[in-house]
Amino acid sequence: MKTDHHVILRVTAKFLIPIITLYAFYVQFHGDYSPGGGFQAGVIFAVGIILYALIFGVVEALRLVPATFARTLALFGFLLYGSVGVWAMLNGGLFLDYDFVIPEGPDGHWGQHIGIIVIELGVLFAVAGSMLTIFYAFAGRAPEIDDEDW
Amino acid sequence: MLIDVLSLLPESWVRHLPVLVVLGPMLLSPICAAMPKWRIAWALALFGIITSSVFAFALLQDVMAHGRISYALGGWAPPLGIEFAADMLNAPVLVLVSVIGVLATIFAMPTIVQDINEEKRSLFLSAYLLCFAGLMGVAITGDAFNLFVFLEISSISTYVLVAIGGSRDRRAFTAAYNYLIMGSLGATFYVIGIGFLYAATGTLNMADMASRIPEVADSKTIHAGFAFIVAGLALKAAMFPLHQWLPNAYTYSPSFVTVFLSATATKVAFYALVRLLFSVFSPELEFQQVVFTWVLAPMAAVAAIACSFQAVFQTNIKRMLAYSSVAQVGYMLMGLSLASAAGLSASMFHMINHALMKGALFMAVAGVVMSLGSSQLKDFAGVARKAPWTATALGISALSLVGVPLTAGFLSKVALFQAALMQDWWWAVVVLAISSVLAVLYVGRMLETVFFKTPGPAQLQVKEAPLMLLIPLWVLALGSIYFGLDASFITSLTDGAANVAFSGGQP
Repeated sequence: MKTDHHVILRVTAKFLIPIITLYAFYVQFHGDYSPGGGFQAGVIFAVGIILYALIFGVVEALRLVPATFARTLALFGFLLYGSVGVWAMLNGGLFLDYDFVIPEGPDGHWGQHIGIIVIELGVLFAVAGSMLTIFYAFAGRAPEIDDEDW
Repeated sequence: MLIDVLSLLPESWVRHLPVLVVLGPMLLSPICAAMPKWRIAWALALFGIITSSVFAFALLQDVMAHGRISYALGGWAPPLGIEFAADMLNAPVLVLVSVIGVLATIFAMPTIVQDINEEKRSLFLSAYLLCFAGLMGVAITGDAFNLFVFLEISSISTYVLVAIGGSRDRRAFTAAYNYLIMGSLGATFYVIGIGFLYAATGTLNMADMASRIPEVADSKTIHAGFAFIVAGLALKAAMFPLHQWLPNAYTYSPSFVTVFLSATATKVAFYALVRLLFSVFSPELEFQQVVFTWVLAPMAAVAAIACSFQAVFQTNIKRMLAYSSVAQVGYMLMGLSLASAAGLSASMFHMINHALMKGALFMAVAGVVMSLGSSQLKDFAGVARKAPWTATALGISALSLVGVPLTAGFLSKVALFQAALMQDWWWAVVVLAISSVLAVLYVGRMLETVFFKTPGPAQLQVKEAPLMLLIPLWVLALGSIYFGLDASFITSLTDGAANVAFSGGQP
């Protein structure tokens, strides 16, 4: 029978990864009325996947979150952020002016609320995608010279 | 001479012009990265940069007609919110960067096929668009911290662009790494300086800072902040002796990157230096005069002579032109350290001319390298026989670099001499004259090799550069001649810029 040296690591990681991911979303949805949010949440979310890759191997992690998906997620997040700005411009406001995100009277400020949530979501996607892309780029890099060749 | 672009644009777009010049390339960049076919990515990049340059022209006309334009991002009024501000100082820089961007993008088509592996091309163009958007952002922003953000956007993508040369020449990796370390140092120094200024004035908006600095100008905080900012931006602008990153980065990066960077990146950093020195700080401040007289002017003089001297002995043609770039930055800094409107106008004039001629020179060199495969000077022997159009444009731009009459380089050198003489800086005139003689030596060496040496068997294989390369090359070369005959358009812009700088940013 094959012995598993890392059984404690595996079990603990399996237990922790959902909590890390949940915590990422907790941080994310606090972002609209406290500073930060999207960036920290994106990092925490990516850390969950990276922990998975460290414990179960990069190949398994790539099956879970493919590299192209991570990259597309980053691009999509960036565009989501930008498009909120353009949307506000199309509605007659200045770039990124959340008061113009939804049609409402001069006293309505729901737009501020919605605008910040959407851009924080964009930041979450962009940061999580970029972190994973950077991690995959380092982890998936085949060494050009083997350690024995030195 | 300009078409009235402003009236062609829809009314509702006009008030968004300051943000539109940055927005197009920036939002197209992620779309480019996702393009499976790199030619579509290239078309998107070209489209984004052309729209950006149209908006830049419109913005320039708007500024000429109505003076300073302020744009409050997110509707938060400055000085609290981030402000994009266009005036006569930065509108010409925006036009310069975007026009060079359009020409460089056309030039990119034939050269990146050779220089960059197929699977990397879309990503490369995406990084290029980011770099472009960052440079435009540095030029348009009216917020000192936002300037740092855009500086980093452009710099980080620049490191990528330089490193991509590593697939052909491994030395590009060390060059890019070197550039990364030096560039990050520069950016860090800048942001430390901004931190000090924020501590002393409590604001990050440039115009607001400018109004508050005189009250606290004698504090050590402001002095330290000033020193950090000057050192940081001087590093980015490749001021002697902080230029060590530049020759390698220009030599080993793909030829397209060299063209684009030499004509824009150091120019924008130089603009940022001008912006901080003249419209945040002011030349009347005592410590700034000390820095002008005892730091910037001597360094400029050493750069103009030492780096021209180094250029004479280079065996690699790209490296030679890179050293010449550092020397030319010395010219611009000399004009700046005169701390007069004439001096600033002359150095901006020289900056624009230098962008035209260095862009053209690197393009022409790239055109020859495409079929020759080497950028060693000795390998260029007699290539003019096989590639007359490329070589002629090279010759015109090289003469402009020396400052031969009837070229743009001549007029800006004369303007620099006049500005120096107005303050009796005879030594500066002597220094620039010696540097010009040295320029005759290295340019003469290059032209002699290209036009008069007997070509060997390898040189007879050289072909004329493709049309996509010749068009932007000749636009720049003819620009050098046109502005050598009638520079009234550029000088009206640079005089306007100097006026803005000397009224403390408020027209």
